[in-house]
Amino acid sequence: MQWETVIGLEIHAQLATKSKIFSGASTAFGAEPNTQACNVDLGLPGVLPVLNRNVVKMAVKFGAAIDAELGRRSVFARKNYFYPDLPKGYQISQFELPIVGKGHVEIVLEDDETKTVGVTRAHLEEDAGKSLHEDFHGMTGIDLNRAGTPLLEIVSEPDMRSAKEAVAYARKIHQVVQYLGICDGNMQEGSFRVDANVSVRPMGQEAFGTRAELKNINSFRFLERAINFEVERQIDVVESGGEVVQETRLYDANKDETRSMRSKEEANDYRYFPDPDLLPVELDDQFIESVASDMPELPDAKRHRFSSEYGLSAYDSEVLTSSRALADYFEAAAKVGGDAKVAANWVMGELSGALNKEGLDITQSPVSAEQLGGMLQRIADNAISGKIAKQVFEAMWAGEGSADEVIEAKGLKQITDSGAIEKIVDDVIAANPDQVENYRSAEEKKRGKMLGFFVGQVMKASQGKANPQQVNKLLRRILHLRGRGRRHQRW
Amino acid sequence: MYSKSIAQLSAGLGAGEFSSVELTKAYLERIKAHNGELNAYVTVSEQAAMEAAEAADARIRAGNGTALTGVPIAHKDIFCTNGIKTTCGSRMLDNFIAPYDATVVSRFKEAGAVLLGKTNMDEFAMGSSNETSFFGPVRNPWDRQSVPGGSSGGSAAAVASGLCVAATGTDTGGSIRQPAALCGIAGLKPTYGRVSRYGMIAFASSLDQSGPMTRSAEDAAAMLQVMAGFDQRDSTSAQEPVPDYAASLNDDLQGLIIGLPKEYFDEGLDSGVAASVEAAINEYRQLGAEVVEISLPNTGLAVPAYYVVAPAECSSNLARFDGVRYGHRCDAPGDLEDLYKCSRAEGFGAEVKRRIMIGTYALSAGYYDAYYLKAQQIRHLVSDDFAKAFEQVDVIMGPTAPSTAFGLGEKADDPVSMYLSDIYTIAVNLAGLPGMSIPVEPVAGKPVGLQIIGNYFQEAKLLNVAHRYQQATSWHQTFPADYE
Repeated sequence: MQWETVIGLEIHAQLATKSKIFSGASTAFGAEPNTQACNVDLGLPGVLPVLNRNVVKMAVKFGAAIDAELGRRSVFARKNYFYPDLPKGYQISQFELPIVGKGHVEIVLEDDETKTVGVTRAHLEEDAGKSLHEDFHGMTGIDLNRAGTPLLEIVSEPDMRSAKEAVAYARKIHQVVQYLGICDGNMQEGSFRVDANVSVRPMGQEAFGTRAELKNINSFRFLERAINFEVERQIDVVESGGEVVQETRLYDANKDETRSMRSKEEANDYRYFPDPDLLPVELDDQFIESVASDMPELPDAKRHRFSSEYGLSAYDSEVLTSSRALADYFEAAAKVGGDAKVAANWVMGELSGALNKEGLDITQSPVSAEQLGGMLQRIADNAISGKIAKQVFEAMWAGEGSADEVIEAKGLKQITDSGAIEKIVDDVIAANPDQVENYRSAEEKKRGKMLGFFVGQVMKASQGKANPQQVNKLLRRILHLRGRGRRHQRW
Repeated sequence: MYSKSIAQLSAGLGAGEFSSVELTKAYLERIKAHNGELNAYVTVSEQAAMEAAEAADARIRAGNGTALTGVPIAHKDIFCTNGIKTTCGSRMLDNFIAPYDATVVSRFKEAGAVLLGKTNMDEFAMGSSNETSFFGPVRNPWDRQSVPGGSSGGSAAAVASGLCVAATGTDTGGSIRQPAALCGIAGLKPTYGRVSRYGMIAFASSLDQSGPMTRSAEDAAAMLQVMAGFDQRDSTSAQEPVPDYAASLNDDLQGLIIGLPKEYFDEGLDSGVAASVEAAINEYRQLGAEVVEISLPNTGLAVPAYYVVAPAECSSNLARFDGVRYGHRCDAPGDLEDLYKCSRAEGFGAEVKRRIMIGTYALSAGYYDAYYLKAQQIRHLVSDDFAKAFEQVDVIMGPTAPSTAFGLGEKADDPVSMYLSDIYTIAVNLAGLPGMSIPVEPVAGKPVGLQIIGNYFQEAKLLNVAHRYQQATSWHQTFPADYE
């Protein structure tokens, strides 16, 4: 039978505020346990939550970015359940009236097709603390530093039909929240968490199959693997006469499998009700307009601008706008360097290669955009060739200074003085009379390859510093002067 | 000394007739003498009180005292006090010392008031007789075989017997007004949002409101002046300006229109209480007020709606008492679930458990619409009744409680009968209105309370109306025989 996969994602994006959603405690990652949990975060008797206004602004930005209906009146609700790292015995979330309603994003697939994925809603909520099981024998440690960290939970429609589509959607949301500056997107630290609802159904059937919710996925690569594993598992279950049960499954990246965590029967009745400690959040036109006027350029708009303004291909524009940091880097390098296309090639080629090799992010690049741009200037004014530039780049990467400093220190300045180049060319021709003869007697179409020998010899003799265009031009001219005697005697 | 008003004490302190240290010592001695039989205080913070008294004396000498500087007061044990135990009347918090002060507590500290101690209360403010306290029942100073009312029974008994000048209380369904009535003192529940709830252990967040418990309306005005005002730590506190409550106390009542809801004078009301309330209303006629009958047709729905909303909120508010971070934890739990179950089973008393279970049920899947949503709709109806009434009248009056103080143990096994003792007070909380109880003529030696209900943020009007009555009568100055 032909099976169709149906996927919906729930993404928790940690909002990049300095303080928590309902208290003044810091949200910085990695502090000593329980040093960033104030009376409110600890759920002490008598304390009350006070909404951090910044989270409202961030949620509205997100809503505007995905063209969503905004909840003019959203209400915080209590989700009641007991867990040791949930200090109040309830999580403050939004239930019936979320701050962001229906919206959508466009994803670009590998075959250049675009697809619209619906966003059902996005709501604000507080994160729980962490239970630490490993460090304490026979006990559980509780760290409440994370308790009260603001989250935006973004719920998609079940619009995705493959793991690749799910990854493209997750990447798109990741890109949008980072562009907006409302989430740092760090998946390892849990700032951007993706849960996937996966089900299968016979191709052509309208009703959805029973879904499993996949948790504990901390990279896009694992998202794709987890979904693919789960789809296979569900098809196996159904094809061997079983039934898929509605449950939560954890992805184990080491074993590359999902396994059951809890089934629906064990699920809590969360007893949601409006939190009487918090007033409804009312959004007025003035607030929405002020947030909208403060929006950065979004990925799609930037991609179109890169194509039209810099004449880049759609693919190059897509790659360069994949993150705001990369786009900013490229634009800064192009501005200094002068030629956007050359800048694009360097950023996507040499720079990206070096970053990947070292596992670095663009923001961690040892070569700044200004440094790279400075080197591009030297290429543009013929001070160095593209080939020499690679040496300059490596030296800059190694921290040896700006392009000019490297060129100066290593004597890499290109030889453009035609007299000096002629001298080397003459020497090479004089030293290789047989090859000269062969060249001259060869057919025109074979000469191109043969010319390479002479160019190579000249470049070698000049230690790569001779301007290749000049060398080519000169060699052709001299080798074509059959029987006109030595070139320096032509006068 | 213990019969003096806040204004008199403040004047005496300012004139150097006595010091706050002397005053505080006198009260601490009186507490030592009488708290054993009344059980009004759970904690007496003697050392902190003496230190505060010394600081107050210095402040008064330096000439920058306030109306409350050096005045000995008590807080209901529901307010968190930094360094002094806060039990909320529960075994659950028997060992709990808060690391911070409630906003109300810090405001009194800033005003220079001297905190004598923390008063007994029904467990987590759930009760109308003070019998649900883990620390034993409070006794009514007028008749120690009777209850003081609840849940702020400790504060009411302490003020009535002169174990403090004034105290704070909290009122979720009548917990300030009903014990004030039963103990013969004044108790004011302000408009919801008038006083910050920060640091006040939550029972039902949308109903809880703290207020003063004093002998006179004048003292209540002085106390409310300190308590009232916006607090950025409580999102539900009101950004409404705070008037000078003392300034309007003596305003003339000529032309005041008093509404008497016919539903408050029906067959459930004790005839002696009815006669006493009617006599008080006649006094208001003498003072120039006009009295009209009104109707609050949804009065009968208030108690059932309250007993859905309040338990629903409490079931969630009390979830934090799980034995994990603070409070009671059972010995040697087998696993996590056992830790929760045993700690909560041991830490909470029967009435608290009953309300947690009712509330959990009311919020559970499939019942939410039928109970919680329906109760919220009734809340709107009740509010609308009052809104219509206030189109015609300035204040509403009636009995605070259907009877005088009942005997200890009399209703302890009959929760519904107990719940009905708040029948006249609960609607005010559902609507969020201010309400006050003042003592009127007792019946068979037991106090009776007159309830005065005002429109939103009309506390000054309530205090004015109460004060004018107290200027014309002396019920508020009468002490129980054993405490004169």
